[in-house]
Amino acid sequence: MAQISAIPIVDATPELARKLDGIWTSGSGVLGWLSSVDHKSIGIRYIVTAFIFLLMGGVEALVMRVQLARPDQHFLTPEQYNEFFTMHGVSMIFWYASPILSGISNYIWPLLLGSRDMAFPRLNALSYWIYLFSGIFLYASFAAGVAPDAGWFNYVPYASMDYNPGINIDVYSLALILLGISTTVGAVNFIVTLLRTRAPGMSINRLPIMVWGTLTASVGNVLAVPAVSLAFFLLWLDRRFGTHFYDVPTGGQPLLWQHLFWMFGHPWVYAIVLPAMGIVSDALPVFCRRPLFGYTVVALSTVLTMVIGFGVWVHHMFATGLPNIGMSFFSAASFVIVIPSAVAVFAWTATIALGRPRMTTAFLFFASFIVMFVIGGVSGFMTAAVPVDWQLTDTYFIVAHIHYVLIGINVFPVIGGIYYWFPKMTGRMLSERLGKWCFWLTFIGFNVAFLPMHLTGLRGMPRRIYTYGPDFGWNTLNMISSIGAFVLAIGILLFLVDVAISLRRGARAVDNPWDAPTLEWAVPSPPPDYNFVVIPKVASRHPLWEDRLGETGERSLLNRGCSLDDGRETLATTSIDAEPDAILKMPEDSFAPLILAISLSGLFVAMLAQSVGGGVLALCVGFIAMLTWLWPERVTFRPVEESHG
Amino acid sequence: MADAIVLRPDRGSVSDDLKKSSGWWGMLFLVATEAAVFAYLLFSYYYMAIENHSVWPSSAPSMKLALPNTIILLVSSVTVWWADRQYIAGRMTEAMDGLAASVGLGVVFFGMQLIEWHNKTFTLASDPYGSLYFTITGFHMAHVVVGLVIMATLILWLALGHLSDRRNSAVSIAAIYWHFVDAVWLTVFFTFYITPYLS
Repeated sequence: MAQISAIPIVDATPELARKLDGIWTSGSGVLGWLSSVDHKSIGIRYIVTAFIFLLMGGVEALVMRVQLARPDQHFLTPEQYNEFFTMHGVSMIFWYASPILSGISNYIWPLLLGSRDMAFPRLNALSYWIYLFSGIFLYASFAAGVAPDAGWFNYVPYASMDYNPGINIDVYSLALILLGISTTVGAVNFIVTLLRTRAPGMSINRLPIMVWGTLTASVGNVLAVPAVSLAFFLLWLDRRFGTHFYDVPTGGQPLLWQHLFWMFGHPWVYAIVLPAMGIVSDALPVFCRRPLFGYTVVALSTVLTMVIGFGVWVHHMFATGLPNIGMSFFSAASFVIVIPSAVAVFAWTATIALGRPRMTTAFLFFASFIVMFVIGGVSGFMTAAVPVDWQLTDTYFIVAHIHYVLIGINVFPVIGGIYYWFPKMTGRMLSERLGKWCFWLTFIGFNVAFLPMHLTGLRGMPRRIYTYGPDFGWNTLNMISSIGAFVLAIGILLFLVDVAISLRRGARAVDNPWDAPTLEWAVPSPPPDYNFVVIPKVASRHPLWEDRLGETGERSLLNRGCSLDDGRETLATTSIDAEPDAILKMPEDSFAPLILAISLSGLFVAMLAQSVGGGVLALCVGFIAMLTWLWPERVTFRPVEESHG
Repeated sequence: MADAIVLRPDRGSVSDDLKKSSGWWGMLFLVATEAAVFAYLLFSYYYMAIENHSVWPSSAPSMKLALPNTIILLVSSVTVWWADRQYIAGRMTEAMDGLAASVGLGVVFFGMQLIEWHNKTFTLASDPYGSLYFTITGFHMAHVVVGLVIMATLILWLALGHLSDRRNSAVSIAAIYWHFVDAVWLTVFFTFYITPYLS
């Protein structure tokens, strides 16, 4: 009989902390930075990079608002306007909205889950580098004057070779496929992290809602991203290799593009809002001084939204002449999807009503999010009805709707979330005084810009026109929207000012400045590289509020647990019940992810340049990087089990 | 007294341990997303077949090469399964033989598929059917090549003695990928070679 050896359960001591520090700290200097696989460092890079894309997309929007402020303007040429609205949409939807949430989740997840890192730290680094390079790839085209110009959903035949012969559309196609690789590996990492590296005791009924949100988004991405990558790949083949997927004269089907794009597009909408809704579900209750009302239904409705979200894509295509029976089905599904969203709205409202709200900046962002969620939801609900959609599609009403959804449900929770987690990430508090100014400017600016757009749309202004005549009755509304856009921009600017000042001079943050209930607040601000000195053992949904809530007699163990200090290690637990299952050996820092990302990006540059030699070279370098990455030199795990003694 | 965590004794069943490796979980979700790629590819095929209101395809393809080739690919799945069993049992030489047989069968499949491509009277650029045929079988061929590279690498690592620890689950994880490449071929084969005879 093989011997059974116990994993020592120890106290969290300063000596142990020092030892772990030596094991987990990344190298210093540029090389250490380039090779780091620490989820916190990668998370912050994601957040910063995504914000840069938000700012670029924002500047593009402001330029467009200048152009549209008055009739018959010629600030931009029609061609430039096409590039601006395309780059604006593409930047915001693909290079900001999802990566910002990946960044926050990357930083917060292991801390929320009581783990030392994500399941695949190197994959995490790879995901970030590919994201960064795909964005540079995209924006290089803007600098070179050949930016994508067919709108973010890039409909054929307008995006086909006959009507759009430059390399603009090829850049967009390849950049988005590259970004899709990043999104996919990131999503797989989140899923496996959730299934494997939670603290013992964190069974799935104890997961924070934000974890449910990102998990659901990740599963959605794994299944949906291939549709858009394929759609763009087929388009690239059509454009460069003369295939006939989309061109009408030889029997191709332009509607195939729309199907593939929206089969992806609609689940994607939920992928970029569900984690943000999760941020609110977790952080709003902290400022209401009570647990979230209706945890179980909110968790279930999160998952249900995504499931139904896979069956509503045709509501983007009601105006394309599809059979009535098909439209009826998708119209009905689009009505049904309102139900799980409404459940969440009632849960947040009840949480505020039954709690004792503290009017912090973060609370204001979260509470106003609920209002905009309802407005964006109702305008979406309206266009789920086929006849209403026929009237409103391709007008500014839809522009208003998408901005209420994406700014209301993504940007507001994100900024609120940063006010909430900034102390954890940096060890400094953001200024509440500047924060309130930032909130009110952002909130008023946003609504002044976008609420009138519903009316602009009802008055018939089509989206994507570069200018309009003075007698169309749109002058005042457009001027109001432009003013609102600039107020919104000042609000965002003020947020950046707050971040810049607070990074240097903000008040020092204690471990748990908001008196919040979840595990990330049990570690120092900012957390050490190894996160937890000992792996905690979780006994409830609110480990730090147990004494006050008194739900059970059990208490989470935060200062006593496995030390796991034999090299980089973390604990793997079973997927549902989170019982100890194995000790995972975590990888060291490595350049392999960076080199693989460079070679992959090189492959896409070679594809754009149609250079076979370049492509072969990139593949060879990539293969060598993968060989080094996966070279078997260590045991990857040691099985463990719980002994009930 | 709080429950303690203990190192689990080796029970001799390494296959139980497979699910403890993060790589195993990662591979499952890689396969899920790859399966989605093929699902969307085949959706495109059926969508265009339905929207095309003439005879589709103009002549049903011959199974003369494709059927034996399908059988060859299926046999390669069996040899990979066998190689994995040998590896788990600690018989490294047999494991290498099994992998080598799979690589051999995979290369034969690859070669026969090239002949099949060469025999076609249409090209990637001739009509929508040709575009679909070469793109979808091309996607599959790319997956075959990746699988062959993975198995060749494993043979190299086995030969160098790098995979001596039976808990290193690399062979089992690679086997999942190869089974996927074979299973997805069945859907491609059914779509291109069997459905034309059903209508």
